[in-house]
Amino acid sequence: MYSKAFVEALEQKSCDIRGDILMMLKEAKSGHSGGSLSSVEILTALYFYKMKHNPMNPDWDGRDYFILSKGHVCPALYTALAHSGYFPREELKTLRKFGSRLQGHPHWLKLPGLETSSGSLGQGLSVANGMALALKLDKKPNRVYCLLGDGELQEGQIWEAAMTSAHYGLDNVCAIVDYNNLEIDGYVEEVMGIHPLVEKWLSFNWHVHECDGNDITSVIRALDHASQMKRKPSVIIAHTTKGKGVSFMEDVDLWHGKTPSPEQLEQALSQLDGACSVFKPWN
Amino acid sequence: MLMAEKMKDKKLEATRFGFAKALVELGKEDPNVVVMDADLAKSTLTKNFADVYPERFFDMGIAEQDMLSTAAGFAKMGKIPFACTYGVFVAGRAWDQIRTTICYGEFNVKIGGMHGGISVGPDGATHQALEELALMRVLPNMTVIVPCDTKEAYKATMASAKEIKGPVYLRFGREGVPILTTDEDPFVVGKANVMREGSDCAIIACGFMVGEALDAAKELEEEEGIKCRVVNIHTIKPIDKEAIIAAAKDCGCVVTAEEHQLAAGFGSAVAEVVCQNQPVPMKMVGISDRFGESGEPWELFEAFHITWKDIKKAVKEAVAMKKA
Repeated sequence: MYSKAFVEALEQKSCDIRGDILMMLKEAKSGHSGGSLSSVEILTALYFYKMKHNPMNPDWDGRDYFILSKGHVCPALYTALAHSGYFPREELKTLRKFGSRLQGHPHWLKLPGLETSSGSLGQGLSVANGMALALKLDKKPNRVYCLLGDGELQEGQIWEAAMTSAHYGLDNVCAIVDYNNLEIDGYVEEVMGIHPLVEKWLSFNWHVHECDGNDITSVIRALDHASQMKRKPSVIIAHTTKGKGVSFMEDVDLWHGKTPSPEQLEQALSQLDGACSVFKPWN
Repeated sequence: MLMAEKMKDKKLEATRFGFAKALVELGKEDPNVVVMDADLAKSTLTKNFADVYPERFFDMGIAEQDMLSTAAGFAKMGKIPFACTYGVFVAGRAWDQIRTTICYGEFNVKIGGMHGGISVGPDGATHQALEELALMRVLPNMTVIVPCDTKEAYKATMASAKEIKGPVYLRFGREGVPILTTDEDPFVVGKANVMREGSDCAIIACGFMVGEALDAAKELEEEEGIKCRVVNIHTIKPIDKEAIIAAAKDCGCVVTAEEHQLAAGFGSAVAEVVCQNQPVPMKMVGISDRFGESGEPWELFEAFHITWKDIKKAVKEAVAMKKA
């Protein structure tokens, strides 16, 4: 269904994005590594396959909209935007620095390609709903994608918004849960369980799709499936690994808000290099 | 005289009626205006809009946080959303949504904070918004407006949509209040209106307290020969610094009056201007660091010391401080 060469190109893009995330976090010396790495394939699939968008004209009114509700993984989004051509890749080095357009949590008035500002969890799905309602009022076909964290689902507002999307039949909304099982204080199920997640969304009257969120084919298949659904909103529960791609970061809660040292970066990049032969680190 | 007696002879209308009238008018003028409510449409009177423009009215259920963030989404797409519910719920419960998503993002969201102040009466402390002006005026990019009567409420609502691109908090009341202005009186956002001239003391008030200030000024002149300038500041943020500085300079002392907590509220906003630019003796009439309680509106004004009698007392004290 998807050509081997196309899938491999997206895998290569994911690998490049992962490398840039690690390098920008090393430069910044603070930021969120684990969740940025777990969400890479989701963002790659959206920005390089699924979403209609135009980096030369960020305000193009035919575009699909992406709302990053879990604002702290903006390193992944910034990298996807830079690779799409919204701003120079060099600028990734300025993450979290004074005067940078790449704020510690995303601010849409500073950087082209961003749609909203986020950082306080739990609000993005409501914003996506408001946009989707406006699109329905105007009879426009654009879609709204919203990336949520699994820990973020502990925010009550998410479920208020889940009711709203279903109540108004917002089939132009697609929520994606980066289900990496970890939050700052430990395993999500130990901090404040969200299980059974599929049943929760089903009972809120959503279409539910599950996928391997770190497998590009699985993600694009889920996205294509979701965009066919009518009358109800869709959620993709993307099973991911926090810190994906770097052996010593994978599934370790400490890497939620930690960044690699220069030595750790070397080690991490060598692992990526092994997987993606043509990856070229920053000079 | 009790406040209830004084109010008997006055022509009253609640500010929410002026708001509701303006919403319907705006709905007619601009197809981008949408209205949202959190299950209080009959009380906030957004139902009047819903009856005429049902496709542009969205009941969000009892979920204020969701409503405010959804409003930001509407604004993102070029709509002009009015999100309305009781002030105590919208400003308190959804404060983070207003701060981070709406104000930081500079979204064009209009917030109708209904049932402001202690005049909500019998519902008691849980429903009496006495802190929301402080909560809203501290936010960058926010405009805060408190109309003094139903005519000003109409003009403020129209202006919030037509003249301001950005977040606006509008405070309205449930109870009927005296009509102090005319259709012809000017309403300019950020520009105070002098309602009575005088040079012995400036009474600077907002909302319902403007009427109390006028009653106090009238009696002070008749009984004591004290001539007060009454300044109606409908826009609390951005506040009219020039009018405040001029009043302090010309009168030499200032009394503020608000139906709100004194801490960080309207009087504090005036004091910020006075003490940095034209320091003169000041007295503040408002709620003194306590929660409200059930009772009839005018009964509560007496009990919480925010009537024209309390303004008169404060003016005499301020004038004495000036002379000392």
